[in-house]
Amino acid sequence: MTKQAVRRKAREDFWERNRKSGGYLVKKKIMGASYKFVRVLLLFGMCFLILQPLITKVAVSFMAERDLYNPIVITIPETFTADNYKMAAELLGYGKALWNTLRTSLLVALLQISMCTIVGYGFARFNFPLKKLWFGCVVMMIIVPPQTLSTSLYMYFRHFDILGVIKAVTGSDINLQKSQIPYYLMSMGCMGLKNGLYIYMIRQFFRNIPKDLEEAAYVDGCGTLRTFIRIMLPDAKPILTSCFLFSFVWQWTDNFYTKLFMGDMDLLARKLTTLVDTLNYYVINTLHNRSGASVAYGNCILSTGTLMVITPLLLLYLFAQKGFVESLSSTGIKM
Amino acid sequence: MKKHKKLAGLQKRKAISGYLFISPFIIGFLVFMLVPFFRSCYMSFCEVEIMSGKHTIIGLENYIKAFTIDLDFNRLLVEEVQKMFYNSVSVMVFSFFVALILNQKFKGRAFVRAIFFLPVILSSGVLLGIETDNELISSVMDMVEETNTNTDISLVIQNILETAGVGGKAFQKVFEIVDGIYDVAISSGIQIIIFLSGLQTISDSMYEAASIEGCTSWESLWKITFPMISPLLLVNWIYSVVDYCMRNNNEIIKKINDQMVLYIDYGFASSIAWTYFVVVMLIVGVSSFLISKGVYYYD
Repeated sequence: MTKQAVRRKAREDFWERNRKSGGYLVKKKIMGASYKFVRVLLLFGMCFLILQPLITKVAVSFMAERDLYNPIVITIPETFTADNYKMAAELLGYGKALWNTLRTSLLVALLQISMCTIVGYGFARFNFPLKKLWFGCVVMMIIVPPQTLSTSLYMYFRHFDILGVIKAVTGSDINLQKSQIPYYLMSMGCMGLKNGLYIYMIRQFFRNIPKDLEEAAYVDGCGTLRTFIRIMLPDAKPILTSCFLFSFVWQWTDNFYTKLFMGDMDLLARKLTTLVDTLNYYVINTLHNRSGASVAYGNCILSTGTLMVITPLLLLYLFAQKGFVESLSSTGIKM
Repeated sequence: MKKHKKLAGLQKRKAISGYLFISPFIIGFLVFMLVPFFRSCYMSFCEVEIMSGKHTIIGLENYIKAFTIDLDFNRLLVEEVQKMFYNSVSVMVFSFFVALILNQKFKGRAFVRAIFFLPVILSSGVLLGIETDNELISSVMDMVEETNTNTDISLVIQNILETAGVGGKAFQKVFEIVDGIYDVAISSGIQIIIFLSGLQTISDSMYEAASIEGCTSWESLWKITFPMISPLLLVNWIYSVVDYCMRNNNEIIKKINDQMVLYIDYGFASSIAWTYFVVVMLIVGVSSFLISKGVYYYD
């Protein structure tokens, strides 16, 4: 039998079966196809919804200033130019700020995740008195907005002292406000940005690993720490990568803690919030244009700057998408 | 007897190593959370001088100022709480719906998933509300929006419905949410992941059994999927509410920051923060109590 014959036979079969089922088969096929069509439509719409601002930003960032006022130009610029990028890079101090941000985010993410892993493992695998209470504290940490604490944290590090010891020795307390040390300390104490969430997710992951593994290691004479490092950690790689990536990304764009602690440091997120003001200042003082930068141009530079800030993250996301998503959705988060 | 004693020793050792493992958290929590927590509560009753670090207790004055003297705190509080409610509900519905679709098999699923999780990056930290942060730009945008309303498709539909007599307050809210669908989509990245993780733990055999018994997929959605995923509803609800409260473009957070940075009034800033915190806690507490009543635990 040739291929075509098989196909014809199948088709005849289909109509035959359809006739026998009283039209059910055709109805089902049509329903399935229309469902698929609606789904494609919906998904396309929602994807477009999410991507559209990004696309507009890319389009605007290549426009020359006069294109912005041109009503004919909507998406595709008439005169392509990379001047906006040059301008934004200069105003952001891109090279230096990028390096600073990269260093800080990496260090902070590394500190936070290594600490959270240890703590999460402790919560998942050991029974000790008051465990529920401490875990309640973790949940509280997730729920309490850090803004509630911002004022007192600020004062705390402005007049930093360890139980009055430093004041007794040097005569005054230290101002840690302009240094990054407080934030590193906080990261080491699992108190950084969204660390409660990381502890929670890592604990959830460790809880799902069968206990037998650990017991076997114990019987073979493996200590607690060795079990953790040699047996549990290699298993936990996926969840640790995704937590690390989240921590890295959220630190990269964070403005709350950086504003609170990293006073003078040139970080991308900080620079971005003041970008339009910087632009105005530049236009007024350097270009001697009294009226400052126009709104459209300010917006254009802001879009460009935003793009420049998130491009490294988007690249990271492109290559590590699996690390972000797949491992997280396989942890089975439960209350 | 001897065996029992040895087990107790092992348990004790385990407990000690457990404490060692979580000790970073305990230290961090006590030093950087509990102490500042109570200090900020204390500060809200004080007048604070930054340079000297001096606190003078002035009683409830900061709170009285917040509620009776300050021009827009009351209004902002009510508005933000309302917005939080609508936003969280629509985020829940949206993310549940999207997770259902993304859990099905179709071509290009990985690509679509990647796009839906993009907001995890795009809506984080400073990136959210970067445009509205700049007053000049946002005022012009508002003007453009006002002059452009005629081309707004949802407004046209709204007008048609209103002239047909089905308008009303409830519809207005629906349209507000529809207009803000971008905000919803962009703030539901994590929630979609959580729902997806829940959907993947439901075993196929349940659906199979149900469909053999003659259950349509619409019924199995409500009779199987929904109860099985209900513990995650609670998680997601809390996450959405809290996440909304910590946004950078939240008006109250902005006000707190302004009070700190521009007016350098730390006592007042902490009193606002505490009021907001208590309100949010109450909402989270009451709503999660109500939701937990309806949660179904499979095992």
